Amino acid sequence: MTHISNGRRIFFLFAVLVAFQFILWVTFSPMVTAADTAQQTVIQTIGYPNLNIDNVIFLLLVGFVGGLVSGFIGSGGAFVLTPAMMSMGVPGIVAVASNICHKFPKALVGAMKRAKYGQVDVKLGLIMGMSAEAGVLYGAHIQQVIKKSLGDSGSNLYVSVVFVVVLAIVGIYVLRDALKMRKSEEPEKEEVTSLAKWVQGINIPFTMMYFPSLKAKVSVLVTLPLGFATGMLAATIAVGGFIGVPSMIYVLGAPSLMASATELVIAFVMGLGGTIKYAWDGFVDIRLAMVILAGSLFGIQLGAIGTTYVKPYMVKLVMGTIMVLVLLSRGLMVPVYLAELNYISPIEKSTSAFVSSASFIMLIAALLVGGVIVLYALWSGYRSHKLEQQAAT
Amino acid sequence: MKQNVLLYTIILGILSAGLYFLLWWLEKPLMHYSQQGEWYFIIPIATAFAFSLVHGAFTGYFWEALGIQAKSNKDE
Repeated sequence: MTHISNGRRIFFLFAVLVAFQFILWVTFSPMVTAADTAQQTVIQTIGYPNLNIDNVIFLLLVGFVGGLVSGFIGSGGAFVLTPAMMSMGVPGIVAVASNICHKFPKALVGAMKRAKYGQVDVKLGLIMGMSAEAGVLYGAHIQQVIKKSLGDSGSNLYVSVVFVVVLAIVGIYVLRDALKMRKSEEPEKEEVTSLAKWVQGINIPFTMMYFPSLKAKVSVLVTLPLGFATGMLAATIAVGGFIGVPSMIYVLGAPSLMASATELVIAFVMGLGGTIKYAWDGFVDIRLAMVILAGSLFGIQLGAIGTTYVKPYMVKLVMGTIMVLVLLSRGLMVPVYLAELNYISPIEKSTSAFVSSASFIMLIAALLVGGVIVLYALWSGYRSHKLEQQAAT
Repeated sequence: MKQNVLLYTIILGILSAGLYFLLWWLEKPLMHYSQQGEWYFIIPIATAFAFSLVHGAFTGYFWEALGIQAKSNKDE
């Protein structure tokens, strides 16, 4: 009986979500569409790029590693894919649109896989997904306004500053917490933060909802700004999970593994809404999206399997490490954009080209390091599990 | 049981390869219509759902066929 009523509730939530997405999309799309018209004209003139075998192999590999990381920590990979596609000559908006189009089917497969392991809180994911969708559209609108007033360099500077500020605060905190848990006597034990205990104690009538991952009732009003911030970050740096997962862990009190799995539901909601928006304007290159998906679905399955063998701090360790490395990569670019906007003295072209290449290589390295840690965690967890089984028999 | 997994992997692998072949074969009309935008947004969305269903199931069975499985509660 409980299962039936839960199923109905989730179906009702999903229906509300779809309606909500359409309302938001109708509200915001005229603003975005007007600003994108120029890019659409450019794309119609130059056409979509031809895919050669080197590009396909590169996208398959980056897709695989991105999927591996996403399956494990709930997000990741997208921050490399967009610049990677742009480096192949794909126009910026097509790269963003195609990236988001591969994101929602990937997140769907990952969420379904991790739901089998009992790690997904569908209700929390859908509720946060709705406000995240609003955040995505508002974030995209802010990007357009900045681009209009300060041009491409202003837009790039804004993205890099958001990267640096968010990742410096959240990334270092997550990494420190992971290392603290690793050294503790009980590395499997996750403590609910005092902030989360306080949040769970807030009682706002008619807004309280029970979330299985929290094992507590929390006001929906508390989840709204968290989802909104997740969406805004996703629209700005393509990885909303860098806010979504830590906020579910530290602000709401969800266990790491459940937070990272629930993030896949949020990513699905955001990805579906984002794809509808970009596909409505004709920006999605379905070939690029499906090539990336080919690799990323192999990765996401493996990453999801990996979560069943590891201790919870590993999710934080992978996420924190990637965040700090990405922070360094984007931090390198800040002086280049400041110089382009004449806020500081000009930098020589050769120097800025070298810094751009170094930053891109660091971005790929961040993803690779994350992928290697996930594979190592899976391998060592699998091996020790087999040894335990052998000892028991 | 292992034979079933292998059989599903092969069948889904063929279906998945078939979908990618169709994507390559129908590249021009797919790209043409999806670039039209508006209600043609259904094309990329439906394509993505179809690939996630077939290729997602294939990749799941693929790792299982290689012996890489999740740690189950029964194992503990």
